[in-house]
Amino acid sequence: MSHSHEQEIEDEFAGVGDTIASATRVTPGHALRPEDIALQDAPPAEDNAEYALWLGDDSLILAQRLSWWISRAPEMEEDVALGNIALDLLGHARSFLTYASKQWGKTEDELAYWREEEEFRNLRLTEQPNGGFGETIARQLYFAVYQELLYTRLVQSTDSTIAAISAKALKEVAYHVDHATQWCLRLGMGTDESARRLQHALNLMWPYVGELFQDEPLNERIAAAGIGPLPSSLREEWDQRVSAVIEESELQVPQAKAAMAHSRAGDHSEHLGYLLAEMQVLARKHPGASW
Amino acid sequence: MVSKTAQLQQLWDIAATVHDPEIPVLTIEDLGILRDIRLEEGEAVVTITPTYSGCPAMDTIAADLRLAFMDAGFDGARVELTLAPAWTTDWMSEAGKAKLNEYGIAPPVGRQEGSRLRLTLSVKCPRCNSLDTRELAHFGSTSCKALFQCNQCQEPFDYFKVL
Repeated sequence: MSHSHEQEIEDEFAGVGDTIASATRVTPGHALRPEDIALQDAPPAEDNAEYALWLGDDSLILAQRLSWWISRAPEMEEDVALGNIALDLLGHARSFLTYASKQWGKTEDELAYWREEEEFRNLRLTEQPNGGFGETIARQLYFAVYQELLYTRLVQSTDSTIAAISAKALKEVAYHVDHATQWCLRLGMGTDESARRLQHALNLMWPYVGELFQDEPLNERIAAAGIGPLPSSLREEWDQRVSAVIEESELQVPQAKAAMAHSRAGDHSEHLGYLLAEMQVLARKHPGASW
Repeated sequence: MVSKTAQLQQLWDIAATVHDPEIPVLTIEDLGILRDIRLEEGEAVVTITPTYSGCPAMDTIAADLRLAFMDAGFDGARVELTLAPAWTTDWMSEAGKAKLNEYGIAPPVGRQEGSRLRLTLSVKCPRCNSLDTRELAHFGSTSCKALFQCNQCQEPFDYFKVL
């Protein structure tokens, strides 16, 4: 068989062609073996890994928060909705943490279960307690819109792995934005009590919004390298989109000042420790446990 | 000697026997999850892509693929998961959509490509074929589905969302 003919046949069976060969390869976490790591693309550079860790931690912590609602939401459809959103976020977290972990010769599980509180890099908003249902919806609205704007930009990342994870995640996040928007409208224009409680929740979560758009030194380097946007560059559009939803819901855009926060340096609120205790207990009590 | 084309076709056919554990009427080929097959030093390498980032069926599918190859007399297979290009319902085969409808799940209507509109087209009831249906919940029994109800026959049903 001539070489060119062989090439033709390979092309024919390549499915989607060249993209596959250069595509991101991830291996399901608990199946990650040393030989799988060896097969994967080169580990990310330190900055890329740290940035992926930030993105992964945001999704991981919010996924853990949201999954608490399963069996406790106001209606069964909502159990399912929040459960699904949590699952999507967990999926994003797994991809980002798997990618980051290669830099440090670890696995996604080691990053999730064996880091201490001050080693987590998630934004403070993501660790805020679920509160009543209103707090959860306010947090979802703020975070989902932020994540949609961020992933929209990350699709263009010069880091092909981050771009691939984001392109996939973006389609899912569009549903998360829609979910939070529908609930805002429903609660805001519902009864006086539902409007009062959602307004309270929007106010309560607002101080943690500032941190979403805080430019850290790593963000400057990431932006210079074309890996991701400066968080501050997303603020204007975020304000427009979120204000539009709040106003349509006949509620007031909160005016509170941003809380001081350095979550990306590991300074967290008191809530994270309790969350981690629950998330990590099984892995720590039974190291190496698997299904 | 078996030609390479025939050999790859044979490997593809083995992989294509694996079904989605959550939608057992569909094979991974019908769903468009099966992306590529190749031989590397005599070992079959299968590339699959998740429907949703958090899809918990991927590990089961990977295990089923290895078993399918063992049953066919191979030592197993290496399964690679790829994220790019991102899976879309556009890749679901027409045969797959027909099977899905037969099974009682409304197949995705409309295409994702070049459009951000998702729920503008009427979803047809898989039981009575009425187009007079309404969405009960955006999120359904699995990540890929929404919950609908038919206004004609009143049957609630799953709808496979456009992604």
